[in-house]
Amino acid sequence: MEALLRPRIMLSLTIILIPIFLFISGASSHQIRINNAERRIDLSTHIVKVFLTLKVENTGKTSASEILLAFPPTQVDHLAFLEALAATGKKKKKTYVSLAVKPTQLPDAPNETNYYTIVLANPLNTGETATLEILYILTHSLEPFPVEISQSESQLVYYRDSALILSPYHIKQQTTFIKIPSNKVESFTRVEPTDRAGNELKYGPYEDRPPYSYSPLLVHFENNNPFSVVEELVREVEISHWGNLQITEQYKLAHAGARHKGIFSRVDYQSKPAFSGVSSFKHLLARLPPRVHSVYYRDEIGNISTSHLRADSWKISELEIEPRYPLFGGWRATFVIGYGLPLEDFLFESSDGRRYLNFTFGCPLVETVVDKLTIKVVLPEGAKGPSAVVPFPVEQRLETKYSYLDVVGRTVVVLEKKNVVPVHNIPFQWNDLNILFWGSKMEKKKRNSLLVMLVD
Amino acid sequence: MVGKTESQNGAVKATAAPAMNLESDLFSNFSFKSFKLKTKQQELLLRVSILGLVYILAFITRLFSVLRYESMIHEFDPYFNYRTTLFLTEKGFYEFWNWFDSESWYPLGRIIGGTLYPGLMVTAAFIYWTLRFLRFAVHIREVCVLTAPFFASNTTVVAYFFGKEIWDSGAGLVAAAFIAICPGYISRSVAGSYDNEGVAIFALLLTFYLFVKAVNTGSLAWALASAFGYFYMVSAWGGYVFIINLIPLYVLVLLITGRYSMRLYVAYNCMYVLGMLLAMQIRFVGFQHVQSGEHMAAMGVFFLMQVFYFLDWVKYMLSDTKLFQAFLRITVTSAVAVGALALGVGTASGYISPWTGRFYSLLDPTYAKDNIPIIASVSEHQPTAWSSFMFDFHILLFLFPAGLYFCFKKLSDATIFIVMYGLTSMYFAGVMVRLILVATPAVCLISAIAVSATIKNLTSLLRTKSKTAVAGSSKGTGGSKASSKASFDQSQPFQKNGAIALLLGAFYLLSKYATHCTWVTSEAYSSPSIVLAARGAHGNRVIFDDYREAYFWLRQNTPPDAKVMSWWDYGYQITAMGNRTVIVDNNTWNNTHIATVGRAMSSYEDEAYEIMRSLDVDYVLVVFGGVTGYSSDDINKFLWMVRIGGGVFPVIKEPDYLVNGDYRVDKGAAPKMLNCLMYKLSYYRFGELVTEYGKPPGYDRARGVEIGNKDIKLEHLEEAFTTSNWIVRIYKVKPPNNRW
Repeated sequence: MEALLRPRIMLSLTIILIPIFLFISGASSHQIRINNAERRIDLSTHIVKVFLTLKVENTGKTSASEILLAFPPTQVDHLAFLEALAATGKKKKKTYVSLAVKPTQLPDAPNETNYYTIVLANPLNTGETATLEILYILTHSLEPFPVEISQSESQLVYYRDSALILSPYHIKQQTTFIKIPSNKVESFTRVEPTDRAGNELKYGPYEDRPPYSYSPLLVHFENNNPFSVVEELVREVEISHWGNLQITEQYKLAHAGARHKGIFSRVDYQSKPAFSGVSSFKHLLARLPPRVHSVYYRDEIGNISTSHLRADSWKISELEIEPRYPLFGGWRATFVIGYGLPLEDFLFESSDGRRYLNFTFGCPLVETVVDKLTIKVVLPEGAKGPSAVVPFPVEQRLETKYSYLDVVGRTVVVLEKKNVVPVHNIPFQWNDLNILFWGSKMEKKKRNSLLVMLVD
Repeated sequence: MVGKTESQNGAVKATAAPAMNLESDLFSNFSFKSFKLKTKQQELLLRVSILGLVYILAFITRLFSVLRYESMIHEFDPYFNYRTTLFLTEKGFYEFWNWFDSESWYPLGRIIGGTLYPGLMVTAAFIYWTLRFLRFAVHIREVCVLTAPFFASNTTVVAYFFGKEIWDSGAGLVAAAFIAICPGYISRSVAGSYDNEGVAIFALLLTFYLFVKAVNTGSLAWALASAFGYFYMVSAWGGYVFIINLIPLYVLVLLITGRYSMRLYVAYNCMYVLGMLLAMQIRFVGFQHVQSGEHMAAMGVFFLMQVFYFLDWVKYMLSDTKLFQAFLRITVTSAVAVGALALGVGTASGYISPWTGRFYSLLDPTYAKDNIPIIASVSEHQPTAWSSFMFDFHILLFLFPAGLYFCFKKLSDATIFIVMYGLTSMYFAGVMVRLILVATPAVCLISAIAVSATIKNLTSLLRTKSKTAVAGSSKGTGGSKASSKASFDQSQPFQKNGAIALLLGAFYLLSKYATHCTWVTSEAYSSPSIVLAARGAHGNRVIFDDYREAYFWLRQNTPPDAKVMSWWDYGYQITAMGNRTVIVDNNTWNNTHIATVGRAMSSYEDEAYEIMRSLDVDYVLVVFGGVTGYSSDDINKFLWMVRIGGGVFPVIKEPDYLVNGDYRVDKGAAPKMLNCLMYKLSYYRFGELVTEYGKPPGYDRARGVEIGNKDIKLEHLEEAFTTSNWIVRIYKVKPPNNRW
C-alpha cells in the first residue's frame, strides 16, 4: 500500500508544481512540443525494455538543439542503458543517426526528476519536426509478489510506471503498450481508455497532456522467465605474447525472482516439470566469440560436468551451461568460465606503433543482468601507458599482477561498471558501442613487434 | 569439457617423459660410441638413466586420475588435509598451529594444531611457497593433488639406495622399478589422494634406510639423519609407531643373535634419543614417547643397550670369566626386575598409558570387532582378503618367499632388518587392509632381491657358457660353482637353453606384473570416489556428480552458520566443500558424539528430533543409493550406526532392526527399522518413483528389493534438497511448533 501511495503523492505534488515550473522555465518547454509519443514497454523477461518513439516539433521562436528526457527517481536508479536515434528519410529508406545522450541536472526539477539531454545532430528550426527513437532498459524493476513462493506456484510480479509519459513537454497524443510474457494477468490499473488484448495492454491514446503529467500504473502479472542476475562478474582478459587471449570470468549468479519457500521435492521436479518450479531455471546460454578454444567451466570445488559447447570458427560460439543444481528463487551459484581466443582476432596495431585490443565489454550470458562488472585487462609484462576507451562512463584504475615467471609484474587495467545489461541483442544498436580500447606506448626502436617489447 | 585443462596438463607431463627418455637414450648411445667409457662409468650412466626413468614413471603412472577425471582431491581424509593446507598457506604457520576449528564437532570444536600430523600440510605448503618464490603461479590445489605422486617418485630413489645397501645396486634398481608401479602403494598415492600415507611411506622407507646405513657404518652422521627421518615420519603419520617398535625389535634380535656391535650401539642410541626428543615437538605426539605403552619397547631396548654396553665394559675390566658370569646373572636379573617394576608402577599409577584400541586390534584382529565398533566399521580396517593381496602384489607375492630365501642365505645386519620388516609388516597387512601399504616397500625390496639374484645367476650362467664356447677353455671364469661344474657337463646346450627359458619366463612374469599394475592403477585406484562414473546403456560414460552438487548447494544456499548432521564419513567433505559446520567428522576422536548421531539416526523421528534440537542441527544429510544402485550408502552403513549408537546408549538394540538376524528393508523388515529416522530420510517419497522398468515403484536398486514403507510422512523435518540422482538428500530441521 505504501508503494502505491508514493506515486500518488508524487502526482499531487507534480500537479501543484507544474504551474510554478511553467513560470520559471517557460522558454525551453514552451518551445518544444511532442506531437505524438508511442511507448512500448516489453516486460517479457526480467529486463524491462522501453521503446519510445517521439515526434517532436519546435513551436518556439528560436531553433532548438537539445531535447530533454525525464525519468522519475525510482527509475533512474535502475536505468541500465539509454540510447537515442534520430530517424531521417521516408519509410523504406529510413536511416538512423545515433545521438549523444548525457545526464543533465536541472536546478528546478520537480520531485527529484532526473533528466537526460539528447543532443540533436541538426538543430531543429522553428516549425520543423523530428522523429526520435529512444530505447532504455530498466533492471530490477519487476517486483515479485508474493515475495516467497513454493515449488508448485508460478511467479507473479508487479511492474510500476506511469500511464502518462513523464516529460517536461506538452504531449499532444500518446499511447503506451505493455507487452506481458503470457496472458495471465492478475490485475492492472485502468486509466481510461485502457484496453487488453491477449498479452498486450494498451493505455491511451491520451490527448493533450500538460508537462509532468503522471498517472500511476501497476500491472500484476505472471512472469516465469529466468530472473538470472549476476551479482558480481569479474572478467579477466590476459594477453599472452604467445598469441593467445585468455579469458577468465568469475560469476556470482543468483535467482532474483520470488524466493523459494519450503520444501524442494526432487520427485515433483522430475516428474511434473510443467507444474513444478516453473520460475526456476537450470540452463544458461553464453555467447562466446568465434574460434574459441580450451573452454572450461568449474567452481571452487572442481569441474562442473554439465555443459555443452557449440564452437564455430565463423559464427558466435554457444556455450550452454548448467549450474550444479537448478536455481530457485533466492538460490545462488558461483562458477568460473574460462576460454582462450586467438589473439590476432582482437589485437591490432595502429600506425603510431601502439597496439590496441578490441573487446566487448559486457557479459556473454544471454538475458542476464550484471549488477557489478569488473573487467581486468592483464597486459604482457613490460607494457606501458595503457589507456582504455569505453563509450560509457566506467571507473578505471591500474593494478599489478604476478603470473608465471614474472619479475616486475604485469600491468592490469581495471574497469568497473554497475548495472550492465546485454545490449548486444538489441537490434538497433551499433557496433562500436561495446568496445574497449587500449594502447600501450612503446619506445620507437621497439616498434616492430609485440614480442620485442616483452623480451625487454 | 570435463576437466579439459587438467587433462591437458596431464598430457603435457605424459609427453614430456618419453622425450626425456629419448634424450637420455641418445645421450648414452652417443657416449658409448664416441668416448669409450670404462665399464664402471657405463654402468653408472646406465644406472642413473634407469633410475631417472623409474622416477618419471612413478610420477606419470599416478596421473591416471587426473586424465580420467580432473585435478581434484579424492575421498574423505584428503579433503581435511586440503582444507588445513589451504588454511596454512593463507594464514601462516603460527595461526595454523593455534587453530581452533569451530566448524567441526559442533558444539565441541576441535583443536586442529594439537590433533593432527602436520607433516603433509607443511610439506605441501613448503612446495607451494617454493614454487611461488620461483614465480610459478600455481594454485595450492594443484600442489596438493601432485604431492603424493611426487613423493612416490622420491620413494623410488630411496628404494634404490635401500636395495643397494642391503644387497647390490641391481637389486636396488629392481626394487625402485617394483615400488614405482606396485598397486599396493599406488592405491594410496595417486594424484589427488592427498593423504598422510603419501608422504609417510617415503619417510618410513627413508628412516629405515638411514638407520640400516647407520648400523652398517656405525656413523653418527647417518644415525642423526635417521633421527631426522624419524622426525619427519612422526610429523606425517601415526604409523610411526611401527618404526618405534620395529627398530627396537630388530635391535633386540641382533642382541640375541650375538650381533651386538659398537655400530649398533651408536646407531640406535643416537636415533632413539634424538628421534624421541624431536618427536616430542609434534603436539599431537607430545610426551607419548615416555608415557605411552606403545613406545615402551623402544625405551626398554634403549636401557638394555646400556646394560649390554656396561657388561661389555665390565667384561673388559674383569679378567675372570667365572666372576663375570656371576656378575652377568645379577645384573641382568636386577635390570629386568627394575624394568618390570618401573613399567608396573608406571602403568598402575597411570603415568604410562595402556595400549590403545587400535594397537590392540593389530595384535588381536578380533579385538576391535568385539570392543570398538567404530574401528571395526571402517572398511579399510577390515582383515585382508587373499584376493586383495594378489591384487596389490601380484607376482611379488611369489617372489617374496624367494627373496626371503636369498636373504637368509646371505645373512647380514641389513638383510636381517629387511626380513624382519617384511615378516612383521606382512602380518599387519593380513590384519588390516590399509596396512598392505606398509608392507609394500618391504615386499618390493625382498622380491627385488629375488629377481636380481636369480637373473644375475642366470645371466652369469649364460655368459660363462658363451665365454667357454668362444675361448674353448674348460674353466668358467669367475662363475658360480654350478656354472663351472656345468661347463664340464655334457648337457651344456640343454642347460643354456634352460637358463634362457628361465630368463624368458622371468621377463614374462615381470612384464605381466607391469601390465597388471597399469591396469589396476587405471581401473581400480584412480577413481576420486567423489565423482562416480558408470557406463550408460550405449557404452557412453555417465558421471554422477551428486556429492559435489549437494555440497555446493549447502555452501551457497544455507545460512553460513548452519549445522549439518550426517554420518561421520561425510564430515570432512561437508566442511571442506560445503563450508558448513558438522556435528561429527572422520576424525573419530569422540566416540560418544558419534554414538549420539548414530542414536539419532536409528531412533523414531520424534526422539531423533529431541536429539537434533539438543545438538542445534539445522540440516540432516543422508546418502542414498537406491536410485542409482550405489551400494556404499547410508542404509548399508546403518547397522554400524546402530552398533556404535548402541555401544554408548543401550536403548538402541541391534536385534530390533533385524529380522531373524537378517538385515532387510522390504516389507518383511523389522518395524523399528521401517520407522527409524535413517529409513525415513532415505526413502522419503521414494515409493512414488519408478527406478527400473518392469519393477514396482519404490524398487531399491542398491539392494534389489521393493521397499517396505512407501508412505513416509515427516513431521519435524522437510526435504530441502535432493540431488539429481538422489545420491545425497538434505533435510531441514523445522523449528519447534508454537505451543499455543
